[in-house]
Amino acid sequence: MAATLKLEIVTPEAKTYSEDVDMVTLPGVEGEMGIYPQHVPLMTQIVPGEISVRKGGQDFFLAVGEGFVEITGDRVAVLTDMAIKAENIDELKAEEAKKRAEARLAEKISDEESALVSASLVNSLAQLKVKRRGRH
Amino acid sequence: MPSTRDIRRRIKSVKNTAQITKAMQMVAASKMRKAQQAALNGRPYATLMNEVLAEVSFNSGDFSHPLMEKREGGKRAVIVVSTDKGLCGGLNGNLMREAAKCDRDTTIYITAGRKASQFIARTKRQLAAEFTYKDAPLFSEARAISKFAQELFLKGEVSRVDILYTNFISTLNQKPEMRQLLPVGEIKGVTAGIQSQAKEEKLLKGSTEFVFEPGAEQVMGALLPHSLNFQVYQILLEAKASEHSSRMVAMKNATDNAKQLIKDLTLEYNKLRQANITKELLEITSAAMAMS
Repeated sequence: MAATLKLEIVTPEAKTYSEDVDMVTLPGVEGEMGIYPQHVPLMTQIVPGEISVRKGGQDFFLAVGEGFVEITGDRVAVLTDMAIKAENIDELKAEEAKKRAEARLAEKISDEESALVSASLVNSLAQLKVKRRGRH
Repeated sequence: MPSTRDIRRRIKSVKNTAQITKAMQMVAASKMRKAQQAALNGRPYATLMNEVLAEVSFNSGDFSHPLMEKREGGKRAVIVVSTDKGLCGGLNGNLMREAAKCDRDTTIYITAGRKASQFIARTKRQLAAEFTYKDAPLFSEARAISKFAQELFLKGEVSRVDILYTNFISTLNQKPEMRQLLPVGEIKGVTAGIQSQAKEEKLLKGSTEFVFEPGAEQVMGALLPHSLNFQVYQILLEAKASEHSSRMVAMKNATDNAKQLIKDLTLEYNKLRQANITKELLEITSAAMAMS
């Protein structure tokens, strides 16, 4: 029996994370869900937010964008367009990106572009949320 | 017999050519590094996406999606991904040879890159649409191509969509490859030989039924188009990496050839110069002898 899960987080740019972990919490479309080993095979979508990973009694956090998750008994595969570890998030940059996106949204732009900009906006919001947790 | 001046002129022009090809080689080399990196970085995502898709479509039971519908007969669309510029060795030539193999009457072409559109126009084949992509392909460019292909398929104008591109294997080796895009059925790795036999066997054995959240329809409805878009994107990256690698190698060969030519010409030039000097000396001495 597998006591750990193999968590793989992959973005189009790189493989961000690939380790054996004890538990994963994902921002699913229908709310947060915690995944333990031996989970029933599940296929779902995730929304921009944070993934928290428990490994050896410690918690790690990552900011993720929109994507898909495939869960089998011993593996969690996350396909997403963004994934950044909490310690690598540049708060100032994310804040700036957020402001830029908000300013852009306030202008008159085409539907396609506004979809693009709001996608990047929620991504920066997710980064900020992960970075600022525990400080409030 | 060319004069020394002719040879000197020739050497100069070859030197100029060598300089140009050398510069192009340098540019291609730096672009190649970036493009190769991009293509290689995208591979894990592509592989994982394919694995997920293969497992899910295998285990989703009787669920089917319009994009998975198999139809007999009808037309076939081929997306040809070529380069915009020439001077990249046999890359486009090989690609077009593959493209020409498709049946003229039942195939409509969608092109990405100028060379492909020129070829289709020249051979008077049916062209459905032309797309362009930048040196660093954008996801939105891939999405445009893939969306167009999906619409053709969903409207029933074609019953099958293939994509023809140059797969990047290594700097020295790129191969044209045809891959089926629609209907989504057999899913193969976007990269060469990654999806192995063992994996397929594993798939057949593990008959775990997946739970979908919120529902199979919604998840697959989002996953399938996204995975197609991404496949096209990865293919654009691979094609770019192939293009720059091929160009770099072609330009390196051209530079080497030019250098060799300069060497040969210089040798010939020196021989001729020597011969002329000897001839002149001979004339002087014989004239001096005649005087005395």
